Amino acid sequence: MTTAAVPLSAKSTRSAAGGRPDLGRIGRLFLPLALYLVFTVVPFYWMLLFALRPAGSTSLLPWPLTFEHFDTVWNGMGFRVYFQNSVWIALLTLLFVTFFALMGGYALARFRFRGQKLFLLALLCTQFVPGAMMLIPLFNIFQAFDLINSRWSLIIAETTFQLPLAMILMSGFVKNVPVELEESAMVDGCGRIRAFLAVVLPLLRPGIVAVGSFAFIGSWNNFLFALMFLNDPELQTVPVGLQTTIGENTVDFGALAAGGVVAAVPVVLVFAFVQKYLVQGMSAGAVKG
Amino acid sequence: MAVRRALTPYALITPTVLLLACFLVFPVGSVVYYALQHHVVNEPYDDAFVGLDNFRRMLGDEQFWHSLAFSAKWVCAEVALQLLLGLVLALIVNETFLGRAMARAMVFSPWAVSGVLTTSIWMLLYNPATGVFHYLAQLGVGDAATSVLGDPDTVFSAAVVAELWRGVPFFAILILADLQSVPKELYEAASMDGAGRLRSFRHVTLPHLRDAIVLATLLRSVWEFNNVDLLYTLTNGGPAGATTSLPLYVAQLARKSYDFGYGSALTTAAFVILLFCSVLYLRLSKFGTEK
Repeated sequence: MTTAAVPLSAKSTRSAAGGRPDLGRIGRLFLPLALYLVFTVVPFYWMLLFALRPAGSTSLLPWPLTFEHFDTVWNGMGFRVYFQNSVWIALLTLLFVTFFALMGGYALARFRFRGQKLFLLALLCTQFVPGAMMLIPLFNIFQAFDLINSRWSLIIAETTFQLPLAMILMSGFVKNVPVELEESAMVDGCGRIRAFLAVVLPLLRPGIVAVGSFAFIGSWNNFLFALMFLNDPELQTVPVGLQTTIGENTVDFGALAAGGVVAAVPVVLVFAFVQKYLVQGMSAGAVKG
Repeated sequence: MAVRRALTPYALITPTVLLLACFLVFPVGSVVYYALQHHVVNEPYDDAFVGLDNFRRMLGDEQFWHSLAFSAKWVCAEVALQLLLGLVLALIVNETFLGRAMARAMVFSPWAVSGVLTTSIWMLLYNPATGVFHYLAQLGVGDAATSVLGDPDTVFSAAVVAELWRGVPFFAILILADLQSVPKELYEAASMDGAGRLRSFRHVTLPHLRDAIVLATLLRSVWEFNNVDLLYTLTNGGPAGATTSLPLYVAQLARKSYDFGYGSALTTAAFVILLFCSVLYLRLSKFGTEK
């Protein structure tokens, strides 16, 4: 990531170097940023607060610290099982989406073939299909394949819905790898597959990380498919578990918040790890199409 | 060898084509098919081809027009505010300052969060007994015991703010990605010509961002239109139907009355409306034309 210096900052740094406090920069940059940070962070803090302080407490600091709510959701409300299910489903979705996106993205970037435009158009059109409205036809199909109450229904549906955008993104990353590198490897006697594995794949690492993380986050967060295709509580996922803590007549705020923390931790960790690739990923694929 | 080479790309896209055909194209087709049927799941013996009856019923259905109007309002409010705030946020975190990486990570993080989790968090915040309004009232700001989610007058704004929280980062990330590809020479040239900050923003930055903005607003509009999980869990369409979007109406219809023929007609209508608006938008915004 380059430190793209827009002249705005160049100018203001100069006046800051002059020793005077730069009020313009504070008003233009840090004040709105601080306000936005408050808007972003306060909700997260509120959730942590409720998760960590005892029930009935009104303190604005999580003190005395307690883990009773985590015990309640993790052991009492089945989040341990939900968590494991979500991890497996998200990891397998990640694997399939990344693998198929690599294949298709490579085909789109490196070949000219009949029907290519049509295929690309179809990929874009999928974005208009209302996923939530596909629930019942999908239910019928999975029933026909005997996949209702199987985690495979979720993995298949998620993979299908995420693949088009992942593939467009991945083809952007492949295009960024100079084709000459591959050609010279093939001149040296490598087959296409070996040239790909030895030369292209290592250079695609940022793209693979970005696409894989999107897939993981998207699958981890899916709610409606899980609600619809899985009935057995033993198979349920974290978002549905979270919804059940809301759905009861009396809301246990501590459990709701602790469940929220359990739901947030994996995705926020993944996000923190990949956020610098995220910006590259967007400019490589989605925007430049 | 030549034949093999010609077949390679098809082999590579085959798994994707198969998946999309089975689990996307086929379901879309069956939705259109059901839309022309009388098909109520718990009355399996009544199924019959009824032509456009479901669509006729739709035109006279007040709740359909109501939910369509809500969806339009929801998409407009969300996308306009997300674009505005996302643009400002992207411009800010594109500047160089100490702690920028940290600030980026923090303000972008809600992007990773799901609808249900957003709901959980904002339910805690909005709750009249335990939420921020309660504490603000203790400080003398505002009214205690305001239930923003229970009041038809405030529920819309409350839902919009919750969705903004996780929607703005998406715009900011997309716009930031494009900001970094603006050639620096353009700014240098603009400042040589004596352009100030605002003018170089208007004449260099904005034109460069145009395609990204058009694409981002389009994709986001579609996603916001189709988004169900936040409204489903935050308000479930209430109070008194004040926040029932069109997809939510369809979902409720399917769940309560199992009238899948009619639900499919509504789905088909939503799909056609989305497609029409998108094509119109792309035409009007001259997407992809020379800048």
